[in-house]
Amino acid sequence: MASFKEIAATTRQRLTGGHRMCAGCGATIIMRQALHSLDPEDEVVVTAATGCMEVSTTIYPYSAWKCSYIHNAFENSAATCSGAETAYRALKDKGRVKANYKFLAFGGDGGTYDIGLQSLSGAMERGHDMVYLCYDNEAYMNTGYQRSGATPRGASTTTAPAGKKRLGKPQFNKDLTGILAAHRLPYLAQSVPSRPNDFMRKMRTAFYTEGPCFVNAISPCIPGWRIAPNQSFDMAELAVQTCFWPLYEVIDGEWKLNHKPKEKKPVVDWLMPQGRFRHLFKPDLRQDIIDEIQAEVDRRWHELLLKCGEGA
Amino acid sequence: MAKKTIALTGNQAVAYGMMQINPDVVAAYPITPQTALMQKFADFHADGEVDTELVLVESEHSAMSACVGSSAAGARTMTATSANGLALMFEIVYIAASTRLPIVMPVVNRALSAPINIQCDHSDSMACRDSGWIQLYSRNAQEAYENTIMAMRIAEHPDVLLPTMVCLDGFITSHGMENVTVYDKADVQAFIGTYEPTNHLLDPELPVTIGPLDFSDYYFEHKRGQIDAMNAARRVMLDVSKEFAAKFGTRDYGYFKPYHLDDAETAIIVLNSTGGTVEYVVDELRAKGEKVGALSLRCFRPFPGEELADALSHVKAVAVMDRLESFGALGGPVYNELRSVMFDMDARPKIISRTYGLGGKTVDNEHIHTLFAELKTLAGGGSADQHGYLNVREPAGSSA
Repeated sequence: MASFKEIAATTRQRLTGGHRMCAGCGATIIMRQALHSLDPEDEVVVTAATGCMEVSTTIYPYSAWKCSYIHNAFENSAATCSGAETAYRALKDKGRVKANYKFLAFGGDGGTYDIGLQSLSGAMERGHDMVYLCYDNEAYMNTGYQRSGATPRGASTTTAPAGKKRLGKPQFNKDLTGILAAHRLPYLAQSVPSRPNDFMRKMRTAFYTEGPCFVNAISPCIPGWRIAPNQSFDMAELAVQTCFWPLYEVIDGEWKLNHKPKEKKPVVDWLMPQGRFRHLFKPDLRQDIIDEIQAEVDRRWHELLLKCGEGA
Repeated sequence: MAKKTIALTGNQAVAYGMMQINPDVVAAYPITPQTALMQKFADFHADGEVDTELVLVESEHSAMSACVGSSAAGARTMTATSANGLALMFEIVYIAASTRLPIVMPVVNRALSAPINIQCDHSDSMACRDSGWIQLYSRNAQEAYENTIMAMRIAEHPDVLLPTMVCLDGFITSHGMENVTVYDKADVQAFIGTYEPTNHLLDPELPVTIGPLDFSDYYFEHKRGQIDAMNAARRVMLDVSKEFAAKFGTRDYGYFKPYHLDDAETAIIVLNSTGGTVEYVVDELRAKGEKVGALSLRCFRPFPGEELADALSHVKAVAVMDRLESFGALGGPVYNELRSVMFDMDARPKIISRTYGLGGKTVDNEHIHTLFAELKTLAGGGSADQHGYLNVREPAGSSA
C-alpha cells in the first residue's frame, strides 16, 4: 500500500491546517486519515459531536473544513447524520442533488460511549448508509479531562482524581466496539492512528460498504494522558502491543483479528509512560491494581481470540 | 378552488395537511396524543400517497436532531410531538431556530409531567416560547389543517427561515371528529411552492460549515439577525394569510380572530380550542344584550403586541386565560405580555389573569359565564382578583 504521504498527494485535503488542535493530538491525525481514505470524486458530509475536534476546527468566522460540515450538539452526531443522509436519499431520488455523497459522523468517547450512545444505537439500527467514527481519547478531554465510560481502570481524571484515599477510576472501560458488534452491522473495526495502512483501509471499507458502519480508533491525548507531543504514536502502538486495544474487524458478523503481537507486552509498559497512571507507581507501587488491569486485559484478549477463531 | 368537506379528527386533519405538503423528510417518535397524527401519516406513506422519507427514530431528541440534519441538507422537513417529547427535544428546538432551519412541527398540546398526565394544557409549547420558533395556535381541526399549510410558507420565506410550531389542543382537538374542508393536493402544492434552500450541506460548489463555535465577538450579532428574522415573520405571516384567504376562500387568519369585539365592553383572550367555548358563551350573552367579545390569539410568536393593544383599546375590562402556570410569576405568559403592551396605552382596559384547564381540567360554559360576570363588575368600577384559577379545588386553608 502507498504511504500516507503518497495517498494524501492524490486525494483531497478536506481538513486543512490552521486549526487549534494540540500538537501531536491523535484525533486530528485520525480525521485527516479518515478523509484521505475517500475517493477524490466523492463528496462528504461530516457531522460532529461537541468536543475538541469540533471546537478547535470551527471557531467562527474560521473553519478548517473544506467539505460540508455540521455540528448540532454533543449527544446527537449520529442522529444528525442520519437526518442529512435521509435528506440526501430523498433529494437524490428527486434529481435535486447530482453529486455522490458519503456521510461521516464523528464524536469523541464522551459523545459516543456515554451521552451519544442512544443516538448512535438508533442510527445504526435504522440502517443509514453512513460511517460513525469514534476517536476514543478515554475521557472528556475538551472540558478538562473528566472521567468517561471509556476511561481505563486506574487513570486519574479531574472528576475521579488520584488522591490520598482513592486512586483514579475504579471501573474498567466500556467495550463499545463489542456493543456495536451486537448491532450486527455490515462492517465495524477497531484501529489506531499510528498505523495509517490499517486505519485507512478500515475507513475505506466502512465508507464503501453499504449500510451503517462503525470504526473505533484509540486517540492518544497529549494533556489528558500527560504525555509528550511526540509520544502519541508510541502510546497507540503500546496499546496494540499490550493487547489493551487490539486491532480487529467484524465483517458481516465474522470476527477477524488484524494483528497478533509476536510477544504480548505487559500492560504496565503502556501504563508507566503516561502521567495519568503515575500514582500507580509513585510514591508506592500499586501492584494489586496493575494486576487487576492486567487480568482484565488478558480476559478480554482471550475472549477476542475465541471470537476471531484464533484459539487461545 | 376545488374543495370537499370530510369528517376528520384534528390529528387526521394535520396529517392530511402533511400529506398534501408531501415533505421530503419526516422524522418522528410516538407520544400520546400525537400518535394518531403520525400513524395517519404513516398510512399515507405506506399507501404511497407521499414520497417522503420517513425516519422512525428512537427518541424525540433524535427526531429533532435528524430534522436539523435533514433541513440543513436542504430538504423540506417536518416532525410532530407533544409534552414530554417536546421537553426531551428542548435543547435541539433552540438549535433548529438558531441555525435558521424552516422545520414545521405540529405540537399536540399536552401537560408536562409530573404528575404524568396525557391531557391538554399548554405547558409544553409555552416552555418553548423563548426558543426562537414561530408559534401558531389552532381553535379547531380546520384551523390546525390550514395553519399547517400556511406554516410551511411562513417558515421557508427567505426573510424568515425560522422553524414553526402549529399547536392544537390534545384530545379536545386532536381526537375530536369535525367537519373539515380540505383542498386539492395540487392547489396546496401550488400554494406552498418548491423549497429553494441556500447554504445547505449538499452543494458541492459551496461546502458550508454549519454550527461553528461562536464566542462573544459574534454570538450576540448572530442573535440580532435571528431577532430580525422573527420580526420579518410579522409581515410575512400577514401576507401568507391574505394570500391563503384569497386562494382558498377562507377567513383571513391574521394574528388573531376577534369575535364581537368592535363594540365589546368586556372581552376574554384565549388560545386554541377554548376560543370556541368562549365564543359560544359570547353568543349566549349577546342574545341577552350584553356587550361581550372574545379574541382567539393565533400567533403567540412573534407576539402581535401593537395590534392586540389596538384591537382591545376600547374594551373596559379584559381577562386573559392562560392554560399553564408560570410558577412564581404574576399570571401566565399571554397575560403578562399583553399587560406589558397595555402599559403604554393612553386609556387602557383593566386586565386580569385566569389560569385554567391544567392537565385537561374541564372548562365549561359556566366558568366562562362566571368570568364574564367578574369582568362586568370590574368594568362597572368594582373589583376582581388580579390573578386567579378557574375550576380548581383549593387546598384547605389556602389564601389563593
